[in-house]
Amino acid sequence: MSQQTAGTLTTETKRSSRPGGTLYRGREGMWSWVLHRVTGVAIFFFLLVHVLDTALVRVSPEAYNAVIGTYQTPIMGLGETALVAAIVYHAFNGIRIILIDFWSNGVKYQKLMFWIVIGLWVITMLGFAPRHLMNVFGH
Amino acid sequence: MSTATLEATTDAAAANTTSTEPMSDDPTLRPFTVTFIIRRFDPDTGDEPKWQDFDVEMYATDRVLDALHKIKWEQDGSLTFRRSCAHGVCGSDAMRINGRNRLACKTLIKDLDISKPIYVEAIKGLPLEKDLVVDMEPFFASYREVQPFLVANSAPATPGKERIQSAAQRERFDDTTKCILCAACTSSCPVFWTDGQYFGPAAIVNAHRFIFDSRDDNAAVRLDILNDKEGVWRCRTTFNCTDACPRGIQVTKAIAEVKQAILRGKA
Repeated sequence: MSQQTAGTLTTETKRSSRPGGTLYRGREGMWSWVLHRVTGVAIFFFLLVHVLDTALVRVSPEAYNAVIGTYQTPIMGLGETALVAAIVYHAFNGIRIILIDFWSNGVKYQKLMFWIVIGLWVITMLGFAPRHLMNVFGH
Repeated sequence: MSTATLEATTDAAAANTTSTEPMSDDPTLRPFTVTFIIRRFDPDTGDEPKWQDFDVEMYATDRVLDALHKIKWEQDGSLTFRRSCAHGVCGSDAMRINGRNRLACKTLIKDLDISKPIYVEAIKGLPLEKDLVVDMEPFFASYREVQPFLVANSAPATPGKERIQSAAQRERFDDTTKCILCAACTSSCPVFWTDGQYFGPAAIVNAHRFIFDSRDDNAAVRLDILNDKEGVWRCRTTFNCTDACPRGIQVTKAIAEVKQAILRGKA
């Protein structure tokens, strides 16, 4: 540690290659929104595929069964876990957003409500995931 | 320290020798080296912005603005940034410090983790002009659009020229009168980064200041301006603006109140 007066040190400027910009360090509010958007887009693409495969029953019940049969794999089982995780978060956080918009104290308690959403998500997934994964990998 | 005070009452000379010791032990009085990594952009070369390191001797009581001054005055005169009052009133020196929008003149070194370098870069979402300076024109354009001035066409309620306002009526919009137009909120908004047409938190805050002012007659007009695809409904309640505001304005709350006023058709 230099004990000289508070002047600037001899300039030794290093040029380094760092990313173009840093990520904005938002707090709970920003990350809840990012998660909400990501899960929302994921659910949208699931629904798109889901409408298509369900519509196959109009083509023929055999075609429907053939496509649904291909879903009975461990990978799709894990995908279903991810889907439920996304929907559960999106649903609980959706209630949080409604409360922020329409409850007079919603803005004040938004951080607390975010952690409640995470808590409810953990509880729901603890109930769902083991049971579901036992079904997927148990047979 | 208490022993030094005791000795001072009995032996002045002894007190002198002991009282100089704690002075130099006081960490706030000792300078230390802080590394700043600043995102530089030179429009003349047109090169991509680059990060540049500067080592500066700082005191704990110094601010990030003091570091920028030292760099500009003693190391590299080409470093470009805005500042005017340097005391958190003019709103010139909003920048991204360690990834969050802050005023350089209100961010103390002791509040930052100096074991790691301090990253300083320009605010996001507005056109970068040079180093830490951005083009504020789009920001002020949306500010002007919400009519940020008193419109009082009707005759005062009471005889005379005065427009009487109760303390409670003044309190209604007190929070949003504090805005200094530094753009820390607007440039912290993820919606504004991707959609420059969005009015942004600052414009809505300044509309709020007049919408809820009992002396103003143009609340309906302002609500109509903000009841737009690019108005308050673009807000996604990320609360970045509330976190960024150097004046502590509850920005997201103000936007929520404007939303409610539009829904109910009255201020």
